Amino acid sequence: MPSSKSEVLQGTLDLLVLKTLDSLGPTHGFGIALRIQQVSKDLLQLNQGTLYPALLRLEQRGLIASKWGVSENNRKAKYYSLTRTGRKQLEQEVESWGRMSAMINRVLRTT
Amino acid sequence: MPEFFRTLIHRLTALFRRQRLEDDLDEELRSHLELATERNLSKGMSAEDARYEALRSFGGVEQTKELYREQRGLPMIETTFRDLRFGLRMLRRNPGFSILAILCLTLGIGANAAVFSWIEGILFRPYPAVSHQERLLALTGTARSEAGHTLVSWPDFVDLRRNCTLFDSFFVSKITGTTLSIGDHAERTTGSIVSDNYFDAIGVHPILGRGFEPGEDVGRNAHPVTVISYQLWKGRFNGDPKIIGKTQRLDGVVHTIVGVAPQGFYGTFVGWGMQFWVPASMEEVFEAGGYKLEDRDARWIEAFARLKPGVTLEQAQAEVSSVAKRLEADYPATNRGRSVKLWALWQTPFNNAGTLLPTLEIMLAVVVFVLLIACANVGNLLLVRSFARRHEMTVRLAIGAGRGRIVKQLFTEALILSAFGAAGGLLVAHWCRHALVLLFPARGGVAMHLPGEIDWRILVVSAGVCLLATLLLGLVPAMQTGKIDLTGALKADSAGVVGSRGRAWVRSGLVVVQVSLSFVLLVGAGLLMQSLQKIRTSSPGFSTHEVLFTGVDLVSAGYDAQRAQNFQDELIDRVKALPGIEWAVFARMTPLSYGSFSSTPIAVDGIEVPPEERPTVEYNEVGPYYFATMGIPLVSGREFTRADDERAALVAIVNETMAAQYWRGRNPIGERVQVKDRWMQVVGVAKDSKYRSVRETAKPFFYVPRRQNFSVGATLYIRTSMSPVTVATALAREVHALDANLSPYELITLQEQVDRSTSPQLVAVTLVSVLGALALLLAVIGLYGVMAYTVSQSTRELGLRMALGADASNLLRLVISRGLALTAGGALLGAAVALGLTRLLGKLLYHVSPRDPLAFGAAFAVMTIAALAACFLPAWRATRTDPAEALRN
Repeated sequence: MPSSKSEVLQGTLDLLVLKTLDSLGPTHGFGIALRIQQVSKDLLQLNQGTLYPALLRLEQRGLIASKWGVSENNRKAKYYSLTRTGRKQLEQEVESWGRMSAMINRVLRTT
Repeated sequence: MPEFFRTLIHRLTALFRRQRLEDDLDEELRSHLELATERNLSKGMSAEDARYEALRSFGGVEQTKELYREQRGLPMIETTFRDLRFGLRMLRRNPGFSILAILCLTLGIGANAAVFSWIEGILFRPYPAVSHQERLLALTGTARSEAGHTLVSWPDFVDLRRNCTLFDSFFVSKITGTTLSIGDHAERTTGSIVSDNYFDAIGVHPILGRGFEPGEDVGRNAHPVTVISYQLWKGRFNGDPKIIGKTQRLDGVVHTIVGVAPQGFYGTFVGWGMQFWVPASMEEVFEAGGYKLEDRDARWIEAFARLKPGVTLEQAQAEVSSVAKRLEADYPATNRGRSVKLWALWQTPFNNAGTLLPTLEIMLAVVVFVLLIACANVGNLLLVRSFARRHEMTVRLAIGAGRGRIVKQLFTEALILSAFGAAGGLLVAHWCRHALVLLFPARGGVAMHLPGEIDWRILVVSAGVCLLATLLLGLVPAMQTGKIDLTGALKADSAGVVGSRGRAWVRSGLVVVQVSLSFVLLVGAGLLMQSLQKIRTSSPGFSTHEVLFTGVDLVSAGYDAQRAQNFQDELIDRVKALPGIEWAVFARMTPLSYGSFSSTPIAVDGIEVPPEERPTVEYNEVGPYYFATMGIPLVSGREFTRADDERAALVAIVNETMAAQYWRGRNPIGERVQVKDRWMQVVGVAKDSKYRSVRETAKPFFYVPRRQNFSVGATLYIRTSMSPVTVATALAREVHALDANLSPYELITLQEQVDRSTSPQLVAVTLVSVLGALALLLAVIGLYGVMAYTVSQSTRELGLRMALGADASNLLRLVISRGLALTAGGALLGAAVALGLTRLLGKLLYHVSPRDPLAFGAAFAVMTIAALAACFLPAWRATRTDPAEALRN
């Protein structure tokens, strides 16, 4: 059952997670999901569960690290943080995303 | 791509920390949901709504977990492990099925592994410890006037060695034997006469002392040195560390031991383990026929050549042929019409590789048949089980398993079975690696050495066979899964009918294949048995049961010609005086033995032929009344008598073929024949008999009196109606009376000699019969299985038939006729295949047509009886059907 209802492209979700961790610092999964939804003003349909395989994927690639910690209201939670490679990767992806969207905008405008 | 490896390592380590990671995941998702619920509560929802909303925005928890797991580990490996565990559990749950299946596969794969290991150890890598055997070739001569191969003369060998450039080395290794006396214990041993470069050329380094030095193979009797085998050193010299420099008498000549060969080196002769090596300079001591190192016409050596890397057999053959052509031009008197031929090691004509090659080729086909039959059997068993497991499969499909997953599971189970079979098969091969030797009798007290070799190549081949078996086995149930009909199968099984079509055709088809394959093997076994029978009972041209023969090794005892002659004359007189002895005689050669007869170019009065074109004919040096002793009838003329001695006129007796070839219908008696520059008068014509092999065709041959052509070595023949055991005791006593240090060899009948010389046929018959019986057994099990299953599935039909008035004999006939129909189908198919295949037995058949009706008829009879036996029990069970109960169920 690989077809999750998420309308977020896989690569895009990775980028959003990285960006969120960059601006929030160490955060747990729920926090990341909340933040993405808030920032996108709930326009983004996101099954929160799909976040977890993405987090694992990023961790396997060495872009983020995880550690068990305690949440603001005293719950045990796993905290994710950006690694140095992750930060570099984020810079690259932000840049290429900018180039890509600029290009698409240009194409859309001219036709 | 470090990111790729990082991910891989991450996933790999995850395989081993599954439980921890699983707990982690649970914990993390739980905390997520709690955080979400709390947040919803704080927004003012009711407890229930808060929880529900948290779950809703999360999506499916179990789906998430599954996706997460797939991302975390290596799903391919994990499912494979799961399939393996499940497969093993299924096998443990059905021990009867598992044991039967594994046993079938063990036999099938074991037969293959054993034959492959023999082929490896006897044909392809026959010489343990010898380096780069793939570049070794055997070398023989050829002659226009003779079929097959000839041996090579020493001068020709030396010229080849000097003039060829495509070879690393040429070396000689000619088998010989001696009676080795150490202390008071004497025993026959085999050894090799070799060229000086022997040990260097084969890359074997003595563990003590040295090999032979350059120049040690020249000079008449100039270098009495020997290298002994590791077994001889340990066994007969007690592993004496100071053995080097000690002396040992070999064939009457004192030899200095200069080296000990390493353990596991048995020399270079397929069939016998060598115990000692002497340089070619000592040839005269060990070989009959005098000093031959300078005689280009004396062909006695067996040689090998090692190619330079990258040189092909064709290039090498071209080079030796051109050198042989030059020799032919330079020495027409000896080399006209002669050339030199190279052979791949597995075709070596002068040792047992050549004798066993046709048998092993046939075995290769036979074991593939056995494997196919075994696979068909196990396939059938799996099929039955797949019916039994249809419910399980259907449920799995219904809850969403992909057909691919199920097929993978089935192949995994097949793989487990065949892997167990392969392991068992390798054990079987290991136990059987010396089995071939058991089929050959020891000759002259020396046991043969024909080990199978289990090396990495055999392991690779067995693994290949195992995978092939897996494919064959997995295929059938996998095909069946494709046909499962979800709605139909979940309902109750429909009742079967005896002889119904449908699913049963796969099983019946497998049985037909089994029957046909084992039918082919039965025909093959029948043909080989008839050949053996014909070979052993067809008359070789001499009496076989009434003549005993043995030898007394006067050569090793150091007798000269005069002493030997006195000894032999006196022994003949003493033996003849024993009660029950009709005749006794000495002759140089034994018919049907490995040694070679003397041969000579001959000339005949009245036919003018230049010396170099004279045909070569073989002859034997025999004593007085040889023909009476051997029971070879004389067509005309007279027998040799005591009067034909060194002082009398030279005489000869020719065989019928020679008389016909050289005198063309004239009576040769009184004519002259020239042998080695001496003219002899023909005094008799003898009937043809067999000389080298029972299977040879008639060829010219003649006899000369021993007295006029004396050599020390000889065989004693005794004509008697008494048993060998009785005569042996008396003979030993007489020999002791003449020389207390001597004892005769084993005394056997000529029939025994015929039997021994035809042991390759015996090997073929035994192996094909054993495997044929095995195949028959497997086929019978298969047939029984199908019939038993059919009967158990059609109780309702049987009950109905009984209720309608069928009696026991009707039902018996119904079931048995169905079984016989399958058998007949298989036998017909098998007969068609056999008609095409038995031609391949070619060389192993003797006076038997490959389409011999008797063999086909016998195979049919055996098959039918076996089929009746297989069908009887199921048929009997069918008659025991209780109609009332059958119809109620």
